Amino acid sequence: MIVKIDNVKKSFHNRLVLDGMSLDVAEGDLIALIGPSGCGKSTFLRCINGLETIDSGKAQIFDTILSSPSEIGLKEFQRRSLAIRQKVGMVFQSFNLFPHLTILENIIKAPMVVSNIDKRESEIRAKELLAKVGLADKAYHYPDQLSGGQQQRAAIARALAMSPRVLLYDEPTSSLDPALVNEVLLVMKDLDQEGMTQIVVTHEMRFARDVADKIVFIEHGSIVEMGPPDQIFGNPQDDRTKSFLRHFL
Amino acid sequence: MIKLFLIVNLLIMTTFTHAVEKKKLRWGADIESGAPYSYKSPENPDKVVGFEAEIVDLLAKELGMEVEFVQNSWDGLIEGLIRGDYDIVVNGVEITADRAQVVHFSQPYYYTAEALAVKKSNTDISSLHDLKGKRVGTLDASLAQKILNQQPFSITTIGYDEEVLCYGDLVLGRVDAVLLDEPIALYYAKPNADLKLVGGPIGYMEYGIVSRFGNPEFDSRISNALDKLIRDGSIQKVLERWNLWNTTTAKVWGQSPVSLTRPVAYEKYLETAWGKRTLAEKLKNYLTFLPLLAKGAVMTLELSIISMLLAMFLGMAAALSRLYGPRPLRWLSLSYVEVFRGTPLLIQLYLIFYGLPHVGISFDPFVAAVLGLGLNYGACEAENYRAGILSVPKSQMDASQALGMNWFQSLRHIILPQAIRVVIPPVTNDFIALLKDSSLVSVISMVELTTIYGQLASTYFDYLGLGILTALVYFLIGLPFVRLSRYFETQLTTSRPPPLS
Repeated sequence: MIVKIDNVKKSFHNRLVLDGMSLDVAEGDLIALIGPSGCGKSTFLRCINGLETIDSGKAQIFDTILSSPSEIGLKEFQRRSLAIRQKVGMVFQSFNLFPHLTILENIIKAPMVVSNIDKRESEIRAKELLAKVGLADKAYHYPDQLSGGQQQRAAIARALAMSPRVLLYDEPTSSLDPALVNEVLLVMKDLDQEGMTQIVVTHEMRFARDVADKIVFIEHGSIVEMGPPDQIFGNPQDDRTKSFLRHFL
Repeated sequence: MIKLFLIVNLLIMTTFTHAVEKKKLRWGADIESGAPYSYKSPENPDKVVGFEAEIVDLLAKELGMEVEFVQNSWDGLIEGLIRGDYDIVVNGVEITADRAQVVHFSQPYYYTAEALAVKKSNTDISSLHDLKGKRVGTLDASLAQKILNQQPFSITTIGYDEEVLCYGDLVLGRVDAVLLDEPIALYYAKPNADLKLVGGPIGYMEYGIVSRFGNPEFDSRISNALDKLIRDGSIQKVLERWNLWNTTTAKVWGQSPVSLTRPVAYEKYLETAWGKRTLAEKLKNYLTFLPLLAKGAVMTLELSIISMLLAMFLGMAAALSRLYGPRPLRWLSLSYVEVFRGTPLLIQLYLIFYGLPHVGISFDPFVAAVLGLGLNYGACEAENYRAGILSVPKSQMDASQALGMNWFQSLRHIILPQAIRVVIPPVTNDFIALLKDSSLVSVISMVELTTIYGQLASTYFDYLGLGILTALVYFLIGLPFVRLSRYFETQLTTSRPPPLS
């Protein structure tokens, strides 16, 4: 197991968002986190790379263990988060590309700043990644000159440039035109075939069913049910899972 | 080699002995509308002339010292003396009991009175008593103002800082009469065809040389030198040349009130300041002012750029502290911004330059001016930068941190470059505002563009033409920065290829 989340709790302003969540992820897995809006799945994802602090419990990613800042101190929490982010990339719902930089610059920024890789080498690697996500001809465009699907593929290339071993996706296709969803999902499918570990918060049930190794259904900040797609979609055990999935079938 | 060594040695020796021989007599005065006391020479605007300038020259010669003139605004003259910016003030400062509490006065070098001026067409004012219920102009904090306020009947007193403006308003009918020192009346009211002097001398006053307390040896040297110059008639000669030799002074010194020398300096003054000039002559005059205005412009520019750099640094520090700092730092930043944005720049300058020396912190004028402007504008910059940073969505910080950048790297590479684009127009705006506000530093004895305008305009009675010229200079020195900012703005926003589709 390369990711081990153990009984993580988190509240915002006295409202419990994560009520003791636990999850293990093996190398090469594609995990789909599903559930109604506001159930805590995005917050859960952001706790994995330390973008959100946790109140109690543990998140072990490779050798690094994150626990609440009140336990280990905010400085140490940030130091460990930074260590985790070297190995864990993230893709956002609204892409969050850097609007003042070209696509190529978006991709080479972190390798140059964080890993001190020189510009020429970063650019060669960036162009390979752009070719891989089908954007070889967009290197010198600015983000707002690209369609949503192209932007999200660029964002994936940007995350890959840091050679992560795990990728987190926070509803990667939710803000896309339906016609553009597939081009992003195809890239994720390719990555899965190459053995990338991916944790995806998504509403794309067909994608989850076809590609995921494990489906995790979350409601009110806790995991209701998890298992292989066949089990969750074909034979859900819990009434809440059944009721949720009914909307999609 | 030895020869070279000897030459160098000789050079050092000579400069050294020269420095010992000629100690500086630093003299402070306000030369704006300063005739006949001290003002910019109309022939050579680099030179200060006037009867007091001549008296100081004579004194320095007597003491074996070299004169160094220091400009300061009239309001700050005594404070500047106490700060140690100069050793003496000779600027028509009348000896009063109040002032003698804070500074030392020499024996008087001139005795005079107040004179009343009205419009030539006026027939109902000829003495102090006729001023009942009238509007009367005079200089702030002068004996004349005191006399007006002490009258048993009510007079509306209008206080000015420049004598030229008093008489100017009299001509325009904004005041009914002007009460000012006789030398001033003689130079500014008497030559004016629209005005006349009425009644006899009012009151009595003595001008003395002012110095700091605590140097009795220096004071007595001044006093002895002055005594000698009075007794050998040198000062009388100066006063006669400037048409200032009067009965009061003659009586005290036991001399005849009749002038023996022609008032050549007075005549020359009348000719240059009051003589009619053609447009061509005026334009030619403006050309001779250009180097002086350029000097002022360079000072203004230098001051503004350094102040702006300080303001930008302070503003950035304050904005970052406010947004990301721990609670005490956030609180400190907030207080800094509120205090310096919420109080007038002028008060801040006075406090820094004249106030802080009272608690043992003293800056030279340039440093004080940079501090004042920098601190004040830093508060505005802080809010600009804060707004700029806040305009960048929080998700940008998420994205850069998710890529493994730490807080500082995210700020430096992702947040600030985007914030700067938003902030360029307001910051340029502030720089232009600072450029203009830098004119306020004339109150702390800095000679910049506006100071020079005031000095020239009051010497030549040309507030209109010189005003337009000076405004033009301000506009021109601000222009390159406006262009520069527009250039950066377009560089940062449109340096992208057109979309292919």
